[in-house]
Amino acid sequence: MTGQLTALVVPLLLAGVALYAAARRVDVYDGLVCGARDGFDVLLRVVPALIVLLPAVYMLRASGALELLAGALAPALERLGVPPETAGLLLVRPVSGSAALGVGAELMEAYGPDSPVGRTAAVMLGSTETTFYTIAVYFSAAGVVRTRYAVPAALCADLAAFLAAAWAVQVVFYS
Amino acid sequence: MAMTVLWAGMAAAAVLCALATGRMPEVSAAAVEGAGAAVELALSMAGMLCLWMGVMEVMRRAGLAEKLSRLLRPALRRLYPAFAGDRAVMDSIAANVSANLLGLGNAATPLGLRAAQAMARRTPGVASDGLCMLVVCNTASIQLIPTTVASVRAAAGCQTPFDILPAVWLASTLSVAAGIVAAKLLARVWPA
Repeated sequence: MTGQLTALVVPLLLAGVALYAAARRVDVYDGLVCGARDGFDVLLRVVPALIVLLPAVYMLRASGALELLAGALAPALERLGVPPETAGLLLVRPVSGSAALGVGAELMEAYGPDSPVGRTAAVMLGSTETTFYTIAVYFSAAGVVRTRYAVPAALCADLAAFLAAAWAVQVVFYS
Repeated sequence: MAMTVLWAGMAAAAVLCALATGRMPEVSAAAVEGAGAAVELALSMAGMLCLWMGVMEVMRRAGLAEKLSRLLRPALRRLYPAFAGDRAVMDSIAANVSANLLGLGNAATPLGLRAAQAMARRTPGVASDGLCMLVVCNTASIQLIPTTVASVRAAAGCQTPFDILPAVWLASTLSVAAGIVAAKLLARVWPA
């Protein structure tokens, strides 16, 4: 059911956006090409970080450190319904977007993108931002030194996202 | 510096663990493999990511972002009561939220920063309740179509990379709600 619905998302969006924009006399083709070029810029900015970070993540996996971490946090995470394999992702996500992407990609590679772990990792990545980076950018731009409760409130949202991601994957795919 | 600590920590933990478990050859091979895997990942993500960035650019040019921000304005006025009368701030916030929803990160950040700077002018150096709310809302993801994650899934060989959409929407909604509730509750007990 959800599979058929989400299969509609991509074709409908592509055609729908193109028709809507064309009706408003937007140069659709030029917009697509310009956006794709921006996409390359984004990618070029991320690639060096990925090349540096993925070896570290792969080394952690090969050394058994990730299993150790998962094992150490497993009792707490399992009680919360979160797959312990995602422990590394939880720790890295608020700090670095590229590192989180690397850890998430490695999880999807190791467990399969359609496994419960792979799907939970994907939903966690999709429903969170790089919290500390965002906070630093906003408060330094606004010249704020006393950030009051912004950090704890933002971390509440992150924690909720992790728990909700594990729960939502269970509800949508496995019930 | 945070990244230095993170990277050095990861590398040191891997080496220590490998020494303890005797898996040094595997770790050595993994470092080389990881660097190659990064390039592969980037290449296999590139097509989908660029296509979606193109679609988003067309959405922006068609005025969808402006339309969305007009729809959002009444709800946002309630979220930022202290700034409801400030037309410039509310316009920036609405544009920031609609750009975030559409996944236009490059457009969303300058709009959000403009709002943040205007808000901070009232209380220099201290984060007001409104500014805290703006920051918390920007640290939570509200992107309707998480294109980067979908491209990573596709790169890992997934045939239906967008089948996580309902789960992402569910998790994002709960996360933003938790952030807003936490901010509103903490605002009462945390003096400016």
